[in-house]
Amino acid sequence: MGIGTKSAFSKSLSRRKVLTQAAGVGAGLLMAPSLIRSASAAGDPIRIGFVTPQTGAMATFSTGLDFVLESFRQAIGEGIKVGDAVRPVEILVRDSQSSSSRSAEVAAELITNDNVVLMLASSSSDTVGPVADQCELNGVPCISTDVPWEPYFFGRGGNPETGFDYTYHFFWGVDQIIQTFTSLWSKIETNKVVGALWSNDTDGVAISNPEHGFPPRFKAAGYELFDAGLFTPGAADYTAQIAKLKEAKCEILTGVFNPGDFATFWSQAGQQGYHPKIATIAKALLFPASIEAVGERGYGLSTEVWWSPNHPFKSGLSGQSARDFCAAYTDKTKRQWVQPLGFKYALLEVAVDVLKRTKDINDPKSIVEAITATDYQSIVGSVRWQGGPVKNVSLTPLVGGQWSKGNGFPYDLDIVDNAAYPGIATKRPFAPIAW
Amino acid sequence: MVWLNTVIQGTMLGGLYAMFAIGLSLIFGVMKLVNIAHGDLIVLSAYLALVITQTMGVDPFVSLLIVVPIIATVGYLLQRGLFNRTLGDDLLPPILVSFGLSIIIQNGVLVAFSGDDRRLQAGPLEVASLRIGDTVAIGLLPLLQFVIAVAVIVVLHLLIRRTKTGRGLRAVSDDQAMAQVMGFNNRHMYGVAMALSLGITAVAGVLIAIRGNFDPSAGPARLIYGFEAVIIGGVGNIWGTLLGGIVLGVVQAIGGAIDPRFQILAGHLVFLLVLALRPSGLFGVKA
Repeated sequence: MGIGTKSAFSKSLSRRKVLTQAAGVGAGLLMAPSLIRSASAAGDPIRIGFVTPQTGAMATFSTGLDFVLESFRQAIGEGIKVGDAVRPVEILVRDSQSSSSRSAEVAAELITNDNVVLMLASSSSDTVGPVADQCELNGVPCISTDVPWEPYFFGRGGNPETGFDYTYHFFWGVDQIIQTFTSLWSKIETNKVVGALWSNDTDGVAISNPEHGFPPRFKAAGYELFDAGLFTPGAADYTAQIAKLKEAKCEILTGVFNPGDFATFWSQAGQQGYHPKIATIAKALLFPASIEAVGERGYGLSTEVWWSPNHPFKSGLSGQSARDFCAAYTDKTKRQWVQPLGFKYALLEVAVDVLKRTKDINDPKSIVEAITATDYQSIVGSVRWQGGPVKNVSLTPLVGGQWSKGNGFPYDLDIVDNAAYPGIATKRPFAPIAW
Repeated sequence: MVWLNTVIQGTMLGGLYAMFAIGLSLIFGVMKLVNIAHGDLIVLSAYLALVITQTMGVDPFVSLLIVVPIIATVGYLLQRGLFNRTLGDDLLPPILVSFGLSIIIQNGVLVAFSGDDRRLQAGPLEVASLRIGDTVAIGLLPLLQFVIAVAVIVVLHLLIRRTKTGRGLRAVSDDQAMAQVMGFNNRHMYGVAMALSLGITAVAGVLIAIRGNFDPSAGPARLIYGFEAVIIGGVGNIWGTLLGGIVLGVVQAIGGAIDPRFQILAGHLVFLLVLALRPSGLFGVKA
């Protein structure tokens, strides 16, 4: 009882504090706009929220985040010019812990307690979706990336006719990944039988959908699909599925795996004598660490490539090319580049570009206006919301890659297919797995 | 023949589950301690083995010679320095402390090793297998893991039944007060039980890290299979735990062969069924 009273008391106190502060700010805004502006000129920071999974299952997608933030701070120096004044930028990074409830919670805190003017979110549906939903509800502009656009848009109940008012996204989509995969497979002679396994989670279920996912598109591209079904992430035994794939003589293996699961699957496929000519797996083979976990049997595995040092793009903010950016990362951390580095940096770049063009930074509608008018060359290519598949989505390029023996690091991801984006050079032709 | 292969694969997987479970079963039997951090200690052992294989360039199996004594010592110290202080009539404090330990280990490992997936490399052994006909293929690695699991259980059985330490463990488990009267130091015996438990955990950790990837958050998922194997087999029965692990593994494999979505579910269902029909476990002593 005593505890209850105490907490109710402190709650009312803090609420009163908030109210007085809010009233003060409101009065200030009404009475002396010019005064506010001069106060801003004295270095009032612009606050941007940034939610990304730093711990939990998707933690790998935040690899190099510190480097990205540091490079960004160097690039903007004292701040950005908004109107007549140079204002410092404060990036408030919050860990989503790879959990959707935690994502919504930190987003709400950033909006109500930290009063961010712009929200950024990246990496996986479980982080980006809830953050974008909070922003849409609270009328705070949000830019996000690193989730295929269909789960981002349709997963949140988006209607292509009307779209969302405050939340915008740049990344690739399901059609592009199908185009990339089938273009890869067309380069090697096979029996055109594709075996597929899907992880039983948000991504796997969406992608394996018999109407909207991969299966009808593979069939349309002339491949026979053998669906080995949804497996539980973290399963320790895949021999039953492997037996079926062998029996169906699937020379092409595809699907969606979490990195850990694929490594387990792949060694059991070895034990059971399943040797497909091609293995093109989404999500599991993005990082060198995932291939290191498979070892030398990782040579020849293929995957989607959203970004690499060989992409011919330059940051509009720092002028740095993708290659230089990755080199700086390796120099600083002694680690190999990873795909999310570019997208995390691009997200910050785009935010700055938007804020620079915003007429009134305290008006969310004005920021949204600037977002929709974006036509920016970032380190991951052009970001432009006019002319996307829906009004809230800007597409970025996707090409096909294959892992090979590395130069400097144990494994390299070579670009081997650029059917969709000929501007991105291939390093060598696609080759079947050498058994 | 396809079904025979399925059952064989499930049996070998079950051996690994039994390895997770034995440590849990042992400390619950001796001191009624439910260790929520068990799964995270498995993962911690795997990281320790990773450091040793990378720095010393030795095979993961050789690394066991170093990992097991280190983790066992950690176990003894944990018990003497931490868990002994929480043991009493109430079961809850030790559970809460182990829960906290679980969070500390997970985040500590995350800070030290990042969230990347890791794996221990066992070279060509990873994909080597014995072929029997067209459909049956027994991976050497799973087979070796199964043999190690059985061997560990045999050794533990002999230790408990035939040695003075084992007698002490049984005595402390049966009647704490009387054991003390007879000259056993309970606090030391608890430490020994935890050291044994974590020593076995370390073996399990290294074996699982060769079989599949691990990351800092992989522990709790391992823990649940351990608990299920203990319950299916019957609490406090070492051989029951082995059989419980095998039942779990085989049921999962058969479920997976019917439809991959049923793989994990089938295991959970059997666990619930056992809990409903025979709460003391298939091979447990009826209370």
